[in-house]
Amino acid sequence: MMKRDECFRVLARHVTDEAVVATYSSAVDWVEVAPRTLNYTSIGAMGLDSSHGLGLALGRPDRRVVVLQGDGSLLMNLGSLVTIAAIAPKNLVHLVAHNETYEANGGHPIPSPKVDFAGLARAAGYAAVYDFSDLGVFEQQVAHVLEQDGPVFATLHVEPSKPLIYDYPSLYDPKKRQAFKVAWQA
Amino acid sequence: MAASVASEAKVSPALSGGGIIAAIKASGIEYVLSVPDITTSAGLLAPMARDEGFKLVRVCKEDECIGIASGLSYSDKRALILIQHTGFLDSINAIRGIAVEYKQPICMMVGLLQHEPEREPRASSRYGVRIVEPILDAMGIEHHLVSVDADVAKIKPAIDRAYAESEPVTFLIGRSPA
Repeated sequence: MMKRDECFRVLARHVTDEAVVATYSSAVDWVEVAPRTLNYTSIGAMGLDSSHGLGLALGRPDRRVVVLQGDGSLLMNLGSLVTIAAIAPKNLVHLVAHNETYEANGGHPIPSPKVDFAGLARAAGYAAVYDFSDLGVFEQQVAHVLEQDGPVFATLHVEPSKPLIYDYPSLYDPKKRQAFKVAWQA
Repeated sequence: MAASVASEAKVSPALSGGGIIAAIKASGIEYVLSVPDITTSAGLLAPMARDEGFKLVRVCKEDECIGIASGLSYSDKRALILIQHTGFLDSINAIRGIAVEYKQPICMMVGLLQHEPEREPRASSRYGVRIVEPILDAMGIEHHLVSVDADVAKIKPAIDRAYAESEPVTFLIGRSPA
């Protein structure tokens, strides 16, 4: 089992000009680790992270998109695994932080902590699928995960983190959306 | 003049799918995001799926379309969401957050399943159809009924306006296009 913020610190060392889509607890940890203009944190409805990511990837096939989704969020949009696999954008990397809880909503458990997200992504038809629970292994393989042709999926088995401060006005700031658009079109 | 048009519409209540598709193309729509809807299946989705001028993304659930269209908008790629009114109702929270609160140019074309074309949607005997326009009004979303060929002229200006002003727009398809 890993800590999400430690995973993201490792990831941040390899992220350059990718769009990074993140929400809720993943967004809080990510913007703390990597505050950057190309962070996309305005999702509008829980679960749609992966769908926003697909739209971004289709719009700029010459750029890469990394989605940092929570397990509860993906459970609300499991069909997006099938949609993404069918469209098969080579430039999309889909990482799911599996901490078995709705962390942003009181830490209640997801319906089944044993759900095999990597297995679901594999069955949906993702080009490459990973399952990480050891930080050292993740650190060894993260560069390849980010660089290979997608769609790539990885489950990050992480512990529920310490209580977070959710600064939603900052995450959903319209000025950040506008700045993202300018940077994404550059 | 208005009475004449209305009268003519009663005599010839046709809605050309080809006309709608031409208007969508003229609007610069590149992506069509869809869950099939029986009202628009034969007249719109099937020919659009065969048309190499469109990139069709078939999704599993309608609210995916709202996120995908939002992502595409950051590259200035225009998308049309082609769904049934039941899918629209199921996607209300996504539309609330992304289209309305974030002011994104989300363009939706919504088939009114089991709607009686001779009635206004608000007067439909179908509860699910009857509530669509009041919900759009409550959400402040521009909407247009496309039920006869004369309505097709509303499509391009409304889509251009949606992208120019970064606002959502909805077209309600009141009868099956032929």
